[in-house]
Amino acid sequence: MSKLMVEQVGKTFASGDIVVEALSDINLRIAEHELAVIVGPSGCGKSTLLNIVAGLEQADSGIVTMNGRSIEGPGADRGMVFQSYTLFPWLTVQQNVEFGLRIRGITAKERQEIARHYIDLVGLGSFAATLPKALSGGMKQRVAIARALANKPEMLLMDEPFGALDAQTRLVMQELLLTVWEQERTTILFITHDIDEAVLLADNVYVMSRRPGRIRNQIQVSLPRPRDHRATVSPEFSTIKKEIMEMLWEESRTAAIER
Amino acid sequence: MQKKAPAKVWPNRSYRTLTLASFLFLFCLWFTLSASGVVKELFLPAPSSVWQALQEMYREGILLAYTLDSTYRVVVGWLMAVVAAVPLGMLVASSKKAEALLTPVVEFARYLPVVAMVPLTLLYFGIGDLQKFAVIFLGTFFQLVLMVSDVVANVQRDLLRAAATLGASRWQIYRLVLLPASLPGIMDSLRITIGWAWTYLVVAELVAANSGLGHMILKAQRFLATDRMFAGLLIIGLLGLFTDLFFKWLTRVVVPWSEKEGGKA
Repeated sequence: MSKLMVEQVGKTFASGDIVVEALSDINLRIAEHELAVIVGPSGCGKSTLLNIVAGLEQADSGIVTMNGRSIEGPGADRGMVFQSYTLFPWLTVQQNVEFGLRIRGITAKERQEIARHYIDLVGLGSFAATLPKALSGGMKQRVAIARALANKPEMLLMDEPFGALDAQTRLVMQELLLTVWEQERTTILFITHDIDEAVLLADNVYVMSRRPGRIRNQIQVSLPRPRDHRATVSPEFSTIKKEIMEMLWEESRTAAIER
Repeated sequence: MQKKAPAKVWPNRSYRTLTLASFLFLFCLWFTLSASGVVKELFLPAPSSVWQALQEMYREGILLAYTLDSTYRVVVGWLMAVVAAVPLGMLVASSKKAEALLTPVVEFARYLPVVAMVPLTLLYFGIGDLQKFAVIFLGTFFQLVLMVSDVVANVQRDLLRAAATLGASRWQIYRLVLLPASLPGIMDSLRITIGWAWTYLVVAELVAANSGLGHMILKAQRFLATDRMFAGLLIIGLLGLFTDLFFKWLTRVVVPWSEKEGGKA
């Protein structure tokens, strides 16, 4: 059985008289330990889809289940990393990472150990006592990843988490995520509009169509693991990238004309 | 990480120098205008006369007593408004029902000039401290409700969503995220409204009072004691300045993590 099942999910937004169909008949099956990446043109509803999986938004139709249980609202079993910086600015790195554990009533000692492990894992061992305002964007996202993972979620949902970072930092963060994922094997659903990022990270890339968003194609990426930035210059990488680009290009061109 | 420290030294010092220079300029202008006789002593007393007036009033015992009276009224009246307005503002921001119930009334009330309500407060509360509290309360409470609700409503939504995906309940999100995230903005609102409280107090004391700095200025005017009027203004100005500095310091103590770095505005 799949870890996450999204079946015939639809979502429309209404503002006044204008009704926008954001998602239409979305079907997805994500396996345990899979690193799944959804790419799509901007405004295709991919963030909406992720929010529905997170339980932050409700689907109008269809069902979403994780481990066979339907998703009713947000919960600690689905950790999320946002594109915007969401560290709590009044808490240190350590306290931020402990946040979910504290809420669940885990003892201070155990909390500290778990947080410590994940802070080390994202390479911020010497910044445990630092406040977020002293961290760079890339470091903030590292902490956000550690904070989500410390909760031991069944799935990690990532909404363009590196979208606000510069190109070099983004590459470093992508490699970091790969390393973390190799170790933790948490199922990840990752959203991006960056094709390179999608191919580098993914087991499977799901290409979404323009609005109303549908899953248009599923492309398996069988580049050998563990991967790092060198994978991006291999011929297989280029082939897959080209394939996805063609699909997206078609989508964005028609979208641009109709808009 | 500590890259800020060295860069800040020089701007801070030049900032202070400029601040000092602006005060010094005002003082020199005052001194020249009065010493040269361009403006009559009746309208602009010399700095030395104002200094004498301050000493006289100190010997009479009213300088300290009136300053304390006024300060006490401002602090108590303003605190009453704060205690009532902050929870209400948070409620308005987090509940549509509360917003519908309260916002229109508050919007209506905040456009009523407090000065126009002074006669009513005299009728209700006499000329004692209670009336001063009432004037300050009316002048700051309604504004503060709206300012606080604005602050709370502007807390970054993704912070709340992040807390939800970490397993926080609604109440935990409110207490552990919304409340601390609102603190820097609330501190700003407090700093701004206590300034208004001073204005309203002096207005109330000018109209009717037995003591206080406003009362002192009014009495000085009856005797054409311009030096005492200036002395009163000087003290009110200094108290305002100290209050502001105090709040900037307090903001740094209460929310040292704030990215705004303690009310530079």
